[in-house]
Amino acid sequence: MSALLEVRDLTQRFGGLVANADVSIDVRVGEILGLIGPNGAGKSTLFNAIAGVRKPTEGRIGFAGRDVTDLAAPQRCALGIARTFQVVKSFETMSVVENVMVGAFARAASAREAREKARAVLEFTGLGARENAMAQELTPPEKRRLEVARALATEPKLLLLDEAMTGLTPAEARQGVELVRAIRERGVTIVMVEHVMEIVMPLVDRAIVLDLGRVIAEGAPADIVRDERVITAYLGERHRARDA
Amino acid sequence: MAGASPDIARRNNLILAICVAAAVACLPLVVKDVYIQNMLVLTLMYAALSQSWNILSGYCGQISLGHALYFGIGAYATLLLFTKFGVLPWFGMVAGGAIAAVVAAAVGYPCFRLKGHYFVIATIVIAEAGLLLMLNWDWAGAAMGIEVPVRGDSWAKFQFARSKLPYFYFALGLALVAWIVTWKIEDSRWGYWWRAVKDNAEAAESLGVVVFRSKMAAAAVSAFLTAVGGGFYAQFVSYIDPESVMSFQFSLLMALPAVLGGIGTLWGPAVGAAILIPITEVTRSYAGGTGKGFDLIVYGLLVMGIALGRPEGIVGAFSARKRAKAA
Ligand SMILES: Nc1ncnc2c1ncn2[C@@H]1O[C@H](COP(=O)(O)OP(=O)(O)O)[C@@H](O)[C@H]1O
Ligand SMILES: [Mg+2]
Repeated sequence: MSALLEVRDLTQRFGGLVANADVSIDVRVGEILGLIGPNGAGKSTLFNAIAGVRKPTEGRIGFAGRDVTDLAAPQRCALGIARTFQVVKSFETMSVVENVMVGAFARAASAREAREKARAVLEFTGLGARENAMAQELTPPEKRRLEVARALATEPKLLLLDEAMTGLTPAEARQGVELVRAIRERGVTIVMVEHVMEIVMPLVDRAIVLDLGRVIAEGAPADIVRDERVITAYLGERHRARDA
Repeated sequence: MAGASPDIARRNNLILAICVAAAVACLPLVVKDVYIQNMLVLTLMYAALSQSWNILSGYCGQISLGHALYFGIGAYATLLLFTKFGVLPWFGMVAGGAIAAVVAAAVGYPCFRLKGHYFVIATIVIAEAGLLLMLNWDWAGAAMGIEVPVRGDSWAKFQFARSKLPYFYFALGLALVAWIVTWKIEDSRWGYWWRAVKDNAEAAESLGVVVFRSKMAAAAVSAFLTAVGGGFYAQFVSYIDPESVMSFQFSLLMALPAVLGGIGTLWGPAVGAAILIPITEVTRSYAGGTGKGFDLIVYGLLVMGIALGRPEGIVGAFSARKRAKAA
């Protein structure tokens, strides 16, 4: 069995609202999995459950062969789950390299080692020239990169990217796509939430579609974009957006 | 900026600190006035105390206005151990530090679940509860307090009636130790984790930082050093009662220098203490008769002024200018 992550019958309720309903997902070692769906479908909620931010109301989560449902976020990081946030959460009063060092300390024994690792990751993510800038001085696309760099510095097996390319220009998004490919080349398994189908579909090996908290489709990108339910879900969203 | 080398910047900082300490150590050669020597002792003590406070509140972002509790624990532990059990103050101060660290963890256990203002209020309330407890604890002297029994000048018993200088050098040593502890921690895992916790706890957790444990560690280190300062103060004034070591005013006086100088910075507490303590001592002697309330109003206004005008403090404003110039 080569599933790195196994989500089983996961349900997340917020009061009366069911944000995730009976979600079961397998993520295979080395793949790039796209998690798509309209706004409010429950994608970020699912990420939070996998990363250990919130314990699911029901269901289990297995990672690398062990049940991690009861582990807190830092312990899951130690096992190799890293994530970025849809709304960036930089350490604003710290420099870029210090931001990344925080992640590097997950594996580094000394500050010197953490700094070296952080610099290497910054080089890799294209932020090398900005290492001494304060995080608050970064442009929005740079901040997105910093999120990725920080997560990578923890040396994860699984990386969860929550709308890491939102707000990027097409050119920046293309660089982002290159970066995601390069990360996978390093042996990191990736699940990426992306709202814009045009970005994800050429990049992912497989896609899962969430709508109203449920998995409504799963398969190769080419099949997903033709799936009736998926089209309806997205069309439905456009209608909702127009009505609003 | 030639930012490639944080190691060199750190080493330069250490050299600067040692030079400053050496220069301060020479002050008694010119300052013979006992009143001013007294003021220097207090300035150094508050530099040390504020440096300790800065570890929890500045670096880790958990604003405490109840550090008078740990100060009082240090003061009482030192005097009680000596008067009741004959334990030398040197050991008493360390014991006080250890007790304060344990109490800080016990206080933190429920309080670190509180957010923002609620945490600040909890620290104030708990410190006041500690004050009330001491006021009613007969064995510890209750409201009457306790006195250091006079045994003649001695380093072992850490009492000196004839000269302020031994206190001066001890306070200088304490300030330097607190500075070096901060300096050491700043470039360690705890240092980075504490700052991450302050800036964004949720992001920190996602990167492997156990936020709760980080806060507990910061509280323990901070309380330990604060209590050592309290033990020193007890020996220095040689008589303590609950009001004179555990009142809210001490909590403010520990926070203010760091806030003024630059909260969460290495030099902030020392810079702030060097400015603030002489000013307050002078105002106190001029406004002598008007009572303690006046001080508190001045401190309150100062905190508000800094928070609104220059939240980064003197050191913060200075380094921001330096960065802007380099960019
Ligand atoms: N902490 C929360 N408390 C209450 N409701 C929440 C919370 N987080 C998310 N939700 C709700 O759950 C639903 C799914 O949200 P989310 O997972 O953010 O969607 P997506 O990321 O797919 O856009 C939304 O209706 C949202 O309002
Ligand atoms: Mg989302």
